[in-house]
Amino acid sequence: MLKEYFNQKILCCFLFLSLSFGGFEKEFQTKLILAESGDTLKIPTGIQHLLGTLSLDGKENIVISGTGVDESILSFKNQEDGAEGLRIINCKNIRLENFTIQDTKGDGIKVQETDGITMVNVKAEWTNGPNPENGAYGLYPVQCRNVVIDNCMSVGASDAGIYVGQSVNIVVKNSEAYHNVAGIEIENSSNADVFGNNVHHNTGGILIFDLPDLIVKKGENVRVFDNIVEENNLDNFASPGNIVGTVPAGTGILVLATSDVEIYNNRIINNKTIGTGIVSYFMTELPVTDSLYNPYTSAIYIHDNLFERRKQMPTLKHEIGTLLFLKFGWDVPDIIYDGMPDPQYTNSDGKIFPEQSLCIQNNSNADFLNLEIDKNFEKWYTPFFARFSQDISPYSCELPPFKETLTNQ
Amino acid sequence: MPVSTFTNCLIMGLIVLLSFIKANPLEFAKPKLSDYGFFREPMADQIPVDNIFPYRISTELFKDYAFKSRFIVLPEGEKISYISSEEFYFPVGTIFIKTFYYPADFRFPEKNRQIIETRLLVHTPEGWTGYPYVWNIEQTDAILEIAGDRQKVSWIDKQGKSQKVNYLVPNFNMCKGCHVIDKTFQPIGPKPRLLNCDNFYDGTHKNQLEKMLELDMIDEIPLIETIPATAEWGSEHYSLNDRSRAYLDVNCAHCHNSKGSANTSGLFLEYHEKDVKKLGVFKPPIAAGRGSGRLDFNIVPGKPDESIFIFRMESTDPGILMPESGRKMVHKEGVILIRDWILSLEDN
Repeated sequence: MLKEYFNQKILCCFLFLSLSFGGFEKEFQTKLILAESGDTLKIPTGIQHLLGTLSLDGKENIVISGTGVDESILSFKNQEDGAEGLRIINCKNIRLENFTIQDTKGDGIKVQETDGITMVNVKAEWTNGPNPENGAYGLYPVQCRNVVIDNCMSVGASDAGIYVGQSVNIVVKNSEAYHNVAGIEIENSSNADVFGNNVHHNTGGILIFDLPDLIVKKGENVRVFDNIVEENNLDNFASPGNIVGTVPAGTGILVLATSDVEIYNNRIINNKTIGTGIVSYFMTELPVTDSLYNPYTSAIYIHDNLFERRKQMPTLKHEIGTLLFLKFGWDVPDIIYDGMPDPQYTNSDGKIFPEQSLCIQNNSNADFLNLEIDKNFEKWYTPFFARFSQDISPYSCELPPFKETLTNQ
Repeated sequence: MPVSTFTNCLIMGLIVLLSFIKANPLEFAKPKLSDYGFFREPMADQIPVDNIFPYRISTELFKDYAFKSRFIVLPEGEKISYISSEEFYFPVGTIFIKTFYYPADFRFPEKNRQIIETRLLVHTPEGWTGYPYVWNIEQTDAILEIAGDRQKVSWIDKQGKSQKVNYLVPNFNMCKGCHVIDKTFQPIGPKPRLLNCDNFYDGTHKNQLEKMLELDMIDEIPLIETIPATAEWGSEHYSLNDRSRAYLDVNCAHCHNSKGSANTSGLFLEYHEKDVKKLGVFKPPIAAGRGSGRLDFNIVPGKPDESIFIFRMESTDPGILMPESGRKMVHKEGVILIRDWILSLEDN
C-alpha cells in the first residue's frame, strides 16, 4: 500500500516533469531508471530520434519490447553523446524484443556484466551500407552469462555484427549478419553454440577468437553448426589497428588461438580466400606479452561440412591472399591450418596428443593446406621458398562430441 | 493490541518500507535543491550555511570547461575515518555537493555566473547514490532531473574568444557509469591523496587535510607529510610525468581500472599503475572500433600523433572520444599535457 502510494506520487511527479520537457528520449530514459522487476517497457511503432545513449543499470526481470523489427525504430542518426545506442549494465534477466536500432555512433546495443540477456527479433543496422564511419558492434554482450541471441540481425558494423565477448553460456541462433566486417564473433568466451545462422556478404563470416591482455583470458567449448556461411568477400573496412582489421576479405570461418571448437554441418560457400582457417595468434604478427595468454589452437574438430567455392581470385589486399594466389591461382584450398600445435600438448617427438589434435573428417569438397609456419617461419609468405603440406592424413581423426550449451534463458 | 501483533506489524511495516527502498532509487532524494537548505539566499551565490565545508581536489575531471564548486556535509557529530591514501570512509548521511557553472566571461570568473547543475552524492543507509539537480533560468532553485538534461551554454574564454556547448547534465544511470566500481557506487574525487593540497581559508593558504583536522571533521589520520599527494595537473611545481599521470588518473581511471566498466579494454590508468603495457605503451586497442583511428597502439613513446590516446582526446565524435561520457569539447590544455608526456617517453 505504502509502496504503491509513494510510487504513484513519484510517477506523477516525473510524468509531469518529463511532459514538461517532452520527447520520447527523456520519457523512456525515465522509465528505464524507475523500472521495477517484472516491468515491460514498450517502444512504440515508428521512428524515435535520440540524441544520447539510453541506459538500463542494476535492474532485474525487465522486458524492453517494440512492435517489430523495422516497425519500432530507435534512430541515433543525430546522436550527440554516449558511445552506444542502448547500454545495459549490471542487470539480471533482461529480454529485448521486436525493435530496430539504427545508426549509432558507437556500438548498437552493449550489454555488460549481466546474467541472463535474451535478444529476440532485434536488429542493429547502419543504414548507409558498409562504412568505416559506422559503429563497431551491432549486438554486443560482454562479460555476461546466459546470453541468447535468437532471430536477430546485424547490418553494417565496422567491427563485428553480433559480438559476444568474455562471456559464458551463449547461444547465437537463427540470426542473420551481413555487410559487417565480421558477421558473428565469439571472443574469449566459453560454452557457445552458434547455429542456424545465415552469415553472408561480410569480410569474415564467423570468427572464434581468443585475444591477449583481457580480463577473461580464455575461451573454449564452442560449437558452430548448421550455419550458412556464404560469399563473405567484402573488402575489410575496419579501422586498422583493430584485430578484426587483420581478417582477410573472403574468410568463411576463422578460429584464432581458441581451444575446443567443433565446426560441423555448415554450408561454407564461395568465400574466396579462406573457407575455414585454424590459426595461432602468431599469424597476426603482433607481439604477445600477456604471460597468462595461450596463443595456440587445440582440439579443433571440423566435420561434415559442405564446402563449395567457384574458381575466383583470393583477396590480394592481404598477404595471405597474395600467397595463396601465387601458389594456387584461382583454386585455393578450403581448410587452412597454420600448423602450430600447442607445445604443452606435444610428445617428445613433436606429435600432438590425439585428444588435443586438429581433426578433419567427412567434409564435402574440402581441400586442405597446412602452412607449417613453424618450419617456414621467416619465409612462409614467400611462396617460392616456403614448403607447405597438403597432406590431410595426420588430421584425419575424430574427437568426442562437444558439450551442448545450455543457458537458463 | 498483544505485543506479538504489534511486533508483527512493525516487522511487516519494515519489510514494506525496505522493499520500497530497494525498488525505488529516489527514496532519499528531495524534489528541489532548496529543500535541503544547504545554501543561504540567494542560492545562486552558493554560500553554504554553517558546518558545510567547501573543498577542492588537486586535479579535477574536465567537463567542457565548466567551473565547479564543491562542499561536504557531514551528519551531525560524525567524523570521516582514514582508510588509506586511496580511501576515506564517510559516515552514512554524508552528502557531497558539486555545482557546475560558467562565468559569462572567464577573464572575470566571479561575475555573471550561469549555474547549470548541482549534483549530490548521498551516502544513504542503502549505499551511495547520485542525484542531478538542474537550475532554473531565474537561478533561484534547481529541480531533480533523473533523466538528465541538455542546455545550450555560451561564454567568453580566457583568450577572449566566444565558446559554446550543448551541455549535458548526466542522468541517474550516467552517475553510476563513472561512480560504480566493483559493483559498488562510491565517491571518486574525495580521496586523501586528492584532498591533500592547499586551499584558501580567510585569505591564507592552508593544507586542506590540516584544515579538516582543525575543524574536527576527521577522527584519526597519519602525519599529513606522509600521505601521498596527487599532482595538480596544471601546476608547473610538479613533474611532467606526475601531472600527466594525475590527469589520466582523474579523467580516465574511474572506468579504466581492473574493476571499472572499461576493464574490457585491458587499459588501466590509475595513479599507482606501474605496468607500462597496462598504461597503454605499445598496447593494441581492444574493441575500440573506429576509436583506434587507424593506429596500432594506445601509446607509441615519443610519437603522440601515432598514439590512440591523442586521437581520442582530440575527437568530439561520440563514437570515438574519450572520456566517453561528460565531454563534448576538446580539452586543449589537457591534450597539450598528454602530448608532451608521450613525447617525453622513451622507447625501450
